Amino acid sequence: MTTLPTSTDKKLGLVIDLDTCVGCHACVISCKGWNTENYGAPLSDQDPYGAEPSGTFLNRVHSYEIQPEAAPAQLIHFPKSCLHCEDAPCVTVCPTGASYKRVEDGIVLVNEQDCIGCGLCAWACPYGAREMDATEKVMKKCTLCVDRIYNENLPEEDREPACVRTCPAGARHFGDFADPDSNVSKLTAERGGMDLMPEMGTKPVNKYLPPRLKDRDRSQDVDILAPLLDPVATESTGFLGWLDKALENMPGGKT
Amino acid sequence: MHPAPSVILFSTLSGLGFGLLAFLGLGMPAPTGFSAFVWFTLAYLLAVGGLIASTFHLGHPERAMKAFKQWRSSWLSREGICAVVALIVMAIYGAGLVFADTRFTLLGYLGAVLSVGTVFTTAMIYTQIRTVPRWHNLTTPFMFLSLCIAGGALLSGRVSLAIPLLVIAAVAQIAHWVVGDKAFAKSGTTIATATGLGARGDVRAFEPPHTGTNYLLKEFVYVIGRKHATKLRIIALVLMAVVPLVALTLTQTDAVSGVVVHLFAAIAVISHLVGVFAARWLFFAQAEHVVGLYYGKR
Repeated sequence: MTTLPTSTDKKLGLVIDLDTCVGCHACVISCKGWNTENYGAPLSDQDPYGAEPSGTFLNRVHSYEIQPEAAPAQLIHFPKSCLHCEDAPCVTVCPTGASYKRVEDGIVLVNEQDCIGCGLCAWACPYGAREMDATEKVMKKCTLCVDRIYNENLPEEDREPACVRTCPAGARHFGDFADPDSNVSKLTAERGGMDLMPEMGTKPVNKYLPPRLKDRDRSQDVDILAPLLDPVATESTGFLGWLDKALENMPGGKT
Repeated sequence: MHPAPSVILFSTLSGLGFGLLAFLGLGMPAPTGFSAFVWFTLAYLLAVGGLIASTFHLGHPERAMKAFKQWRSSWLSREGICAVVALIVMAIYGAGLVFADTRFTLLGYLGAVLSVGTVFTTAMIYTQIRTVPRWHNLTTPFMFLSLCIAGGALLSGRVSLAIPLLVIAAVAQIAHWVVGDKAFAKSGTTIATATGLGARGDVRAFEPPHTGTNYLLKEFVYVIGRKHATKLRIIALVLMAVVPLVALTLTQTDAVSGVVVHLFAAIAVISHLVGVFAARWLFFAQAEHVVGLYYGKR
């Protein structure tokens, strides 16, 4: 059924901390590894050792530069996977019912036996979270490691998504957003967790924690009391003053 | 968006085919016997040929039957159902004309509504896609429907109807371009909202996730041919509307008579078809998906 559930018992999802992510891509690798060997069709690569390698990934890490108006530029590493939206447009467009959102925990999944590979769900997703596998010709997406989180054959500490388990920086957190006391709900509340493209109306479950404001060296800043102090020399004097004038008087010196 | 030839073929040919079926259903013309057989064969070749072409872009066409299930939420599913029902109803109506010299008038009207309805569902598949602002507005169904009806009038030889309908279709196509050109900016989606980092300063894509390309870039960030877009638009419009309008108008004058009338009508139809092909190619090639923002591309 591709109509969305009106509500889900749990809202499992991720918090991704943009302040902490170091951009090491370990989550990309562990995701590809786990999901190639487990749930559903493997994530294929095309021409992996050749001139034009490409492949299916359920999690990719972008990097962005922010240039604030009056501060140094900042580099933000930005992991992106399925946000398991509450109002998931990828689910409702599916003609076969292969795409669905689970009532029990809100995970958005694809039943690959029913997928006709039309690609419409990937069109509907604003985040690029769905990729058609070029070998299997079915739509692949993040399963929130549904085959890990409930897997009693794994030690308890491994029952979380592979990307969360592997992150060396602790930038990824897994939990239930329906529970206001969960680790992810608290983190979201404390750090101002945000939605990506809220104007798309998808109501993403996954939240992103914005980077904290950076400290910077303020020793060179002009003191607010400066106008009351001795006038600051605006022209250089002494040897530097002489050098400045001498260089300016040379041909091509004046600009 | 990647302009998949199968999808362009499908929407152009079946748009024209269902347009012709609609006019046949309305009894314009209402041939019987062998003549009806020829008319219906042409319409079915276009409509069914387009539908078959559309399955070529599926990863698993052998599972296509499963696509009839989710009509409650999916426009693609609704399109499949509407197309099959329209073709069955029109087949019964056509069989009556061909084999029994009988016109089941009401069945024809129903078939006409379903035929136009099929093109409407096709248009809604694109219109519903919020992530492609160029498509996500009323001009999309208006353009698809007006082209389907004008094409049907042209192909069924309703000259006096085809002339105003072609003008309306041209207006709809231009409206789609004019509204579409501003749609991305109007949607308010930028790299700032995509990353949520806009409040901090200017956001710039610094490094893509991989050095190579991927499915998303190939499917959604198609940039080839955009620089020729204006020229192609003019060519599309001239072929789709201006040439057919001139040809049809000439057939109404004394200057053209006899076999030449049919020649001019054929020119009008072929020119229209080629023009719609070009416009449909642009419909995809110029459409920008918001996911391109994550890659610093539009």
